[in-house]
Order: sequence, then C-alpha cells, then structure tokens
Amino acid sequence: MTTGRAGAVLDRLGRVGQFLWSGWAGLAGLALFAALWQAGHERYGDFILPAPLATLAAGLTIAADPAAWELAGQTTLRAVEGFALAALAGAAGGLAAGYSPATMRLVRPILTVLLGVPPIAWIVLAMIWFGSTDGTIITTVLVAATPVVFVGVAEGAVTRDRGLDDMARAFGAGPLARLTTLGLRHVAAFLFPALTVALGSAFKVAVMAELLANTGGIGGALAAARSNLDVAEALAWVLIAVTGLIVVEYTLVHPIRSEFERWRDAARPWGVKR
Amino acid sequence: MTLETTGATPSLTLTGIGHAYLGRTVLDAVDLSLAAGEVAALVGPSGCGKSTLAHIAAGVVEPSRGRVARRYRRHGMVFQDPRLLPWATARANIAYPLRLLGLPRRERRERAEEAARRVALDRADLDKYPIELSGGMRQRAAIARALAIDPDFVYFDEPFTALDVALKRRMQDLVIEAARGARFGALFITHDLMEAVRIAHRVVVMDAQGRGIAGTRAVPGEPGGRDDGTVYRLVAGFLSDDPLFRHIHDIDERRVP
Ligand SMILES: Nc1ncnc2c1ncn2[C@@H]1O[C@H](COP(=O)(O)OP(=O)(O)OP(=O)(O)O)[C@@H](O)[C@H]1O
Ligand SMILES: [Mg+2]
Repeated sequence: MTTGRAGAVLDRLGRVGQFLWSGWAGLAGLALFAALWQAGHERYGDFILPAPLATLAAGLTIAADPAAWELAGQTTLRAVEGFALAALAGAAGGLAAGYSPATMRLVRPILTVLLGVPPIAWIVLAMIWFGSTDGTIITTVLVAATPVVFVGVAEGAVTRDRGLDDMARAFGAGPLARLTTLGLRHVAAFLFPALTVALGSAFKVAVMAELLANTGGIGGALAAARSNLDVAEALAWVLIAVTGLIVVEYTLVHPIRSEFERWRDAARPWGVKR
Repeated sequence: MTLETTGATPSLTLTGIGHAYLGRTVLDAVDLSLAAGEVAALVGPSGCGKSTLAHIAAGVVEPSRGRVARRYRRHGMVFQDPRLLPWATARANIAYPLRLLGLPRRERRERAEEAARRVALDRADLDKYPIELSGGMRQRAAIARALAIDPDFVYFDEPFTALDVALKRRMQDLVIEAARGARFGALFITHDLMEAVRIAHRVVVMDAQGRGIAGTRAVPGEPGGRDDGTVYRLVAGFLSDDPLFRHIHDIDERRVP
C-alpha cells in the first residue's frame, strides 16, 4: 500500500492519466468523423458540404471576431440560466417524488403531458408570452431540460437501498441525516448523467429557440447564415456550439462524475488499484 | 450469575410485541427482558421472526403492537447482511455512526482504526471499498462499525456466519470478553447452539411461528468459563433431553447435522 499524502497524490495523478487517455480515444473518434466528413465533401462539393478544414477556417475567422464572442456568450448565458433553473426544479421535484409515492403519482401524468408536447410548440407559446426576449429562450430550455433531471433524480431516490436507511436508523440517524448521508449520495450517481443530458439539450434548445424567435445569439447568427446561403459559416457556428458543449462537459461534468464513481472503478478488473 | 434474577433494572424490555408485514402476522405477544450486562442468545427456526424482533427492539421497525423500553445508553447493531455503504471505504464505513454522532474527523479515524483492530481487519484493507473486500472482511467491517461507537448494548443478527472457524472463535471471545467486563450487554441471534451456549448467559428460544417466546434456559456457568467439553455436553444435553429444543432444527434447512 502506498501511504499517506504521496499515495493520495499518486492516486489522483493516476486518475488524471486515465482521464487524458480517454480523451485520446475521444480524439481518435473525432478524427474518424472528420475523415467521413471530408469524404462527403469530396463527393458532393463545396456548396452542399464544405471541407472540414474550410469550416474550421471559417470557425477561426468567427472566433477572431469579438462580436461573435458576444453572441456565443449570449447563448451560453441563456442556456446555462435555463439549465440551472431546470437542475434546481428537476432535482427538488425528483427528490420529493422519489421520497413520497403520493407526489410521484400526482406528478407522473403531468410529466407525461409535458414530455408529449413537442419543444417547437413550447417555443411558439413562449414567444407569445415573452416576445423576442431572453425569457422565451430560458423558458423553452427550462421546459425541455427539467423532465430529464426530474426523472433521473426520482429514479435515484426510488432505487435507494432501504437496508442502508435501516442501518442508519439503527445508529440513530434522523430523517435529515439519512437524506444527507445516504439519499443524496445515492441520488448523485443518477443526477450527474441526467445533468449531462440536460446540459446538452439546454444548448441545443437554446440555439433552436434563438433561431426561431430571432433573438440573436448563435441561433440568430445561424439564421443570418441561412438567409445568405453561407453553408460554411452555418457549419462553423454549429462547430462553435458543439465545441462549447464539449469543453463544458469535459472540464466540468466528467471530472465531478468520476469523483463520485470512484468506488465503481474499484470493481473493474483493469481499474487502478492500491 | 443468573442475571435475570438479580433484580437490577433491565437494559431492554419488550412487552407484548406484535408485528405484521402487509397484513401477515409474523410476531405476536412477544415478551422479553434482558438484565443489564446480560448476553442473551436468541434461537429459533429460520423465518420465525428473530430479525424482525431485533429490528423492533433497535428502533429500526415500528412494532404494530407492544412497547419497547431501552435503558441502555447507546446501542450498536450488526445486521444479518453487512449493509456497508458501497461508495465509502471500509474505514469510512466503520466511522459512519461516529459521523452521525458529529465527532471530529481525526477522532473518527482513530476510533475506526481501533475498532478495526479489535475485529482483526488489516490496516491495508481499510482503504478498500466494500466491493473489494471478501465476505468475511465485510462482515468484520460491519462488526467494527457496531463497536466503534463504544456501545453498552449490541444487537447481533447472526454476525459470524461468513467467518472461518478461527475467526469465529476470536469474534466470540470478543463478545465474551465484553460481557465479562460488563462493557456491553447483547441480544445475540444465532442458529448455532454451540455458539449460543459458549457466549451467552441465557438461551432464549423463539416460537416457530413467532407467537411469543417458547422458553428460556439459563446456561450454567459464566460465558468464557465453559471449556469446549462443557459446551459440547450442554448442547448435547439440550438437544437430547430438553423438549424446548426439540423443534428448533426441524424447519431449519440451513442446519447441517
Ligand atoms: N420487509 C419484509 N416484508 C415482508 N415480509 C417480511 C419482511 N421482512 C421479513 N418478512 C417476513 O417475516 C418473517 C420473519 O422474518 P425474519 O427475517 O424476522 O426471520 P428470521 O427469524 O430472522 O429468519 P432467519 O433465521 O432466516 O434470518 C418471514 O416470514 C419473512 O418472510
Ligand atoms: Mg434473520
């Protein structure tokens, strides 16, 4: 056994190494995708599908323009605001439903209805309610992302190990202590995947809502590119949106999740062990 | 020696306990009282409600009927399955009740390691997650968790079933030692009459259908004062001559003769 602080540092370094290695695999996947893209470009020509390198160049040109950063920032802010509200609402609702079967029975049909309404309908409604403002985008994102978080958290709360709850009760834990030391810890394992999905759909829905509601941001820029029939620019904007998403996911969501899932790695035969 | 007649205030008193799961009665009119510092072995066929009774006594399950009076300071509990937190290391698991008590991190660590030492868990294993431990190690971690809070009463629910013979003896000695030094009293559920006779002041036999206590036998001598020959003779005597024990293994398919 490696002891003390040195061991902890080594352990962490090992996990960083593993993480970078998985990034390498991701890069290989992206390279394959670029190759397919290039093949498509050579088959269909510049107008339909510009070359990946040309798109990248267009993207870099956009990225060099401070005004573009403002647009991207606008979209990110709206997506993140809607996402944060959705995470709060979904987590609180999911916990309540997971812990109280009565709430679950009440909420489930509402959820089915909400999920049944296509996002595009929400955009139209939100446009009527809020006009061409941030409110439209945030509302749409909220409605689209909340159910994902809700379902994940409720599922986590329902599948908690009641044997552990009983154990904690035997050692004198009250409801609050059981929730904070067992319930939330268990739910976290379900919350993070749900948050990843919710964040992704928040960005996508935000761009879509911006495009339809014509409220600037990346969606607005896409709309402009479309009316100019500038495919390279449109693709470049898509590239920028996807890059932003990947950056957020790999610098924030994945590291936090792997911190919560360490014990699962211990069970894997190829896991790094002490 | 027969502690139940010393007249001291009992550490645990169950009166008229009854319980039903989804309308099916599993316990009815169970009365049981343990003297302070007494170790009582609870035996009975599988499914008769021993675990349920222990859960009720420890406050994990609310009984449908009856009263529980606890006069000890603080209890620990070893469940029939280890019930460790899968996401926490063995050390954190052992320290979990200390965390509930709000002890500072350093003290938690020290006391967890001390408890691990008492159950012969290696220091190196304390950094492992339950999934990396053997069945016996998990069970010992669960025992250490119950002992870490320095309880004066412990509920043991078939705690030593996954341990090999040597370790089992060592754990039994731990209970005997604690009982002799009046460190804790215990309600000790077991299927093994030898174990019951070895460690307990008294053997309590539960009714096969959970309808109360079928009977109680004081074990002659003190726990720890009986050598293997004595234990063997006592058990043989119980099984051959005492009608109370006639049926305890009839229904228990887990018992290997
Ligand atoms: N959570 C539960 N829900 C429904 N029925 C239960 C539950 N727990 C136990 N029972 C039932 O209660 C009865 C008594 O169970 P209990 O676990 O107390 O038996 P036991 O005496 O501890 O058996 P064993 O020696 O096999 O551990 C059994 O018939 C069992 O099916
Ligand atoms: Mg049992």
